[in-house]
Amino acid sequence: MAGAEPTVIADKLDIIYKVIAGQGGKGTAATAFRRILKRQDRPTIREVHAVKSVSFTANKGDAIGVIGRNGSGKSTLLRAIAGLLPPASGAVYTSGQPSLLGVNAAMMNDLTGDRNVVLGCLAMGMSPAEVQRRYDEIVEFSGIGDFIDLPMSTYSSGMAARLKFAIASAKTHDILLVDEALATGDAEFRVRSERRIKELRDQAGTVFLVSHSLDVVHETCNRAIWLDAGVLKLDGPVEEVVAAYVHSTRAG
Amino acid sequence: MSGPTGTTSPAELAERYGLSKSSIRPPLSSYLRELWSRRQFVLSYATARTYAMYAGARLGSIWQVLTPLLNAGVYYLAFGVLLGTKNGIDNYVAFLLSGIFVFTFTQRCMTEGSRSLALNLSLIRTLHFPRATLPLAYVLNELNQMLVSLAILFVVVGFTDGPAWRWFLIAPAMVLQMMFNIGITLVFARIGTFVSDVTQLLPFVTRTWLYASGIFFSLPAKLEQLNAPSWVVQVLAFNPISAYIDIVRRSLLQEHKQNELPHAWTIAIVWSFVMLAAGFWYFWRAEDRYGRG
Repeated sequence: MAGAEPTVIADKLDIIYKVIAGQGGKGTAATAFRRILKRQDRPTIREVHAVKSVSFTANKGDAIGVIGRNGSGKSTLLRAIAGLLPPASGAVYTSGQPSLLGVNAAMMNDLTGDRNVVLGCLAMGMSPAEVQRRYDEIVEFSGIGDFIDLPMSTYSSGMAARLKFAIASAKTHDILLVDEALATGDAEFRVRSERRIKELRDQAGTVFLVSHSLDVVHETCNRAIWLDAGVLKLDGPVEEVVAAYVHSTRAG
Repeated sequence: MSGPTGTTSPAELAERYGLSKSSIRPPLSSYLRELWSRRQFVLSYATARTYAMYAGARLGSIWQVLTPLLNAGVYYLAFGVLLGTKNGIDNYVAFLLSGIFVFTFTQRCMTEGSRSLALNLSLIRTLHFPRATLPLAYVLNELNQMLVSLAILFVVVGFTDGPAWRWFLIAPAMVLQMMFNIGITLVFARIGTFVSDVTQLLPFVTRTWLYASGIFFSLPAKLEQLNAPSWVVQVLAFNPISAYIDIVRRSLLQEHKQNELPHAWTIAIVWSFVMLAAGFWYFWRAEDRYGRG
């Protein structure tokens, strides 16, 4: 590891966030009042301890696959690296501004696809002239076609995901965080997006990839991190970690 | 180059390679600069929101004109006709409209702005941008509505009192109220994000404020009628909304002299600058925590 240049360092990172878990329990005014008197938190607000004391160092040129079961904190970890979710304790250090490339990026569903393209690009900090220049490329890459004039609420989930991916990947990034992007869209789009991620990886210093497809992780990454219920279980070369993960899922 | 990474602490290692914490609050000056660089986003988002707001309605954006008119109609019926609070106000329709429109502008900024971050939480958790852009876009939305309302007001006053040079004072009055609104919206955007109960509470706060601001009646005339000591009006004049309403009325109404509040321009100016600065400062202090919700 001598001479390696770290780009992302996680130091005993803990992430806790609050979620409103619907109307749980007896939701009457009387019980709510009693709670206030007893100074209890609302039972419907639950604290989720999503990432527990995770530490690692990523170097320039690393492509790190993050694997684990659903709800093991993979996406939360990426958001923390991107600085979008503040850590409850510990810290993430990064060189430059990491960019999260997610498919569940919220877009404005009442608005048409082309409005979303413009707004998304502006939010990422592009200038209006730059948006105009990139617009055709983004729309073409998404393969949405004539639907671009329709509100996003009319899109199928695959179409929406494609458009979001096309918008988010329009920018070049130093540290790239990819969240399940490869899993969406039809076969043809998957090939295209895989190629786009390879391009982005060549430009970027460090790539993190969250995916349930172990084949994709195997192909694109040199290193893997296995998260289990928010705890870092294993960190090492991709073959070893994936093998251990597969072994545990078979056993369990 | 150096020994194994295990010997140095992560924080030291980060410092050696010039890494910085990923969720750190930028200094206020660079935050404002970054905010300015996203002005196009604010503008486009506001336009898109206005469009989306009326997209489902059959009458579309005609509602931008209808809503303030209906609002004013209801209040005119209740106060002008049924309760008769006119007493001696020369042009009561214009008096009432200016009060309602100015008040609604600030009120909508507060109530809508308090939800501006909560409603966009997934966007905040996905993209990196100065969070203040969202409440600012909401204020811009309301400004757009206010300008439509002002056009209605100009038509009404034009027909009743006739146009006058005074009208140009509306411009500085609007700038001042806009500054105040940006400040108060930023404050409530932060509070509303962490204490969502505020959204439930705000309507009651604003309604109380509504009745204390001299919208349906002239404050000085009303207090005189109640035989209140003269310091009461001095105190009530410190209400920012009353000041903004008063400077708008001063610039629009012909016969407003006897209903004027003391020092309205000074009070309006001070509130604007203090609120704007306080709002940005207060909002920026929590910039790194909005993602947690």
